[in-house]
Amino acid sequence: MTARRPRVGVLALQGDVREHVAVLEALGAEVALVRTPAQLAQVAGLVLPGGESSVIDKLSRLFEVREPIIERIAGGMPVYGTCAGMILLADRILDGLPTQLSFGGLDVDVRRNAFGSQVDSFEAELAVPALGDEPVRATFIRAPAVERVGAAATALASVDGRVVAVEQGPLLATAFHPEVGGELRFHRRFLDRVRAAGA
Amino acid sequence: MTETTTGSARVKRGLAEMLKGGVIMDVVTPEQARIAEDAGAVAVMALERVPADIRAQGGVARMSDPDLIDAIKAEVSIPVMAKARIGHFVEAQVLEALEVDYIDESEVLSPADYVNHIDKWPFTVPFVCGATNLGEALRRITEGAAMIRSKGEAGTGDVSEATKHIRTINQEIRRLTSMSKDELFVAAKELQAPYELVAEVAEAGRLPVVLFVAGGVATPADAAMMMQLGADGVFVGSGIFKSGNPEARAAAIVRATASYDDAKAIADASRGLGEAMVGINVADLPAPHRLAERGW
Repeated sequence: MTARRPRVGVLALQGDVREHVAVLEALGAEVALVRTPAQLAQVAGLVLPGGESSVIDKLSRLFEVREPIIERIAGGMPVYGTCAGMILLADRILDGLPTQLSFGGLDVDVRRNAFGSQVDSFEAELAVPALGDEPVRATFIRAPAVERVGAAATALASVDGRVVAVEQGPLLATAFHPEVGGELRFHRRFLDRVRAAGA
Repeated sequence: MTETTTGSARVKRGLAEMLKGGVIMDVVTPEQARIAEDAGAVAVMALERVPADIRAQGGVARMSDPDLIDAIKAEVSIPVMAKARIGHFVEAQVLEALEVDYIDESEVLSPADYVNHIDKWPFTVPFVCGATNLGEALRRITEGAAMIRSKGEAGTGDVSEATKHIRTINQEIRRLTSMSKDELFVAAKELQAPYELVAEVAEAGRLPVVLFVAGGVATPADAAMMMQLGADGVFVGSGIFKSGNPEARAAAIVRATASYDDAKAIADASRGLGEAMVGINVADLPAPHRLAERGW
């Protein structure tokens, strides 16, 4: 273990970048915005924020960071994706645009807008045993859900039978947004993975 | 069953947070909505007429036909917004029943009430409202708006009013951050906004909701300028579908908004787009035709 502050990035093409930066900084991380391959090369872990997954996909190709991100994921870089970030981490997307791609890495099928339109967006208390007894106050905004968890991935939480948090080695994804509600434990878990990977 | 809460302030403001860094495009047909989604819009605004046509054709401008909104919702998977007249709470109820993702209580339509805006708190669907200055923005937030857009002057293709409004709002916020507590009481009185909200803005140095820019954005450079002036994102109305090549212009504005601090990328995005919308200089508009003056 190194005592240095972990240097992590937030993919800053579109979405709730500011909220993730605030949580990571509150946890003592050094945070950089990542929009180019050179910026990606400087970080030891990456957060994929909430936003519009189809737009982040397009911009990741335009900014030529898509392939470098896929290479880093294959190389074991810890990544945490929320909402759109979960869609981008999924090996398979359901209800995506015809041309929509993900970075992949998580052995899951994820459905976009699985809970309906904005009037169906909701908050809920979720049991997440991996984070301890204290429930998670989770905010779901036009959220995706994991329709199938592959053999390599592990479900961490669900809402009425639908999986909404998953983990696979250094990859972590939630369909909801801990970053908008003051919930720190998922980001802490991500930073623990980053420290472990750098040890 | 997991116990869930819909329509909370966090959920309403949250969707706007997710739209940050993006472009919201006015569309009047499902075909245009498809072009917008393919070009990388984060959301579309479903309308019967874009502001430039409302301006040209005159008459009373109202909420869109539900059939049109349904057809646009069926076409795209990104969020769909729609406009209600200022103060027209029944148009808002109808739009909520149609399950649009955001309601724009908009000065682009003819106001239905010259005294009151809609009480937006009882609705599950979130609202975005226009503002020309900080006091107006804070009054809308007090009424329950979950997102603010500076008004600009819609349907002109002239970005000068958008510039004025985003600069005014941000300048007034900066001024608050330098004030002592006793001065904030007077600031609240002058802004005609609740003290608690004024104190919150002074502490945070920004609005408690997302701030987009609207009204007159017509080019990639316009969009990037609004972002450099501190906007969280951009609404583009008539600027795309009143131009020579909507597909290319829509994609270029998305690209410039994401690359707003990279002049080379903005230059590349600006190449070969064909004609921009012709536009009208705001200075040539007689005062009764200035939409930004609707709402208070």
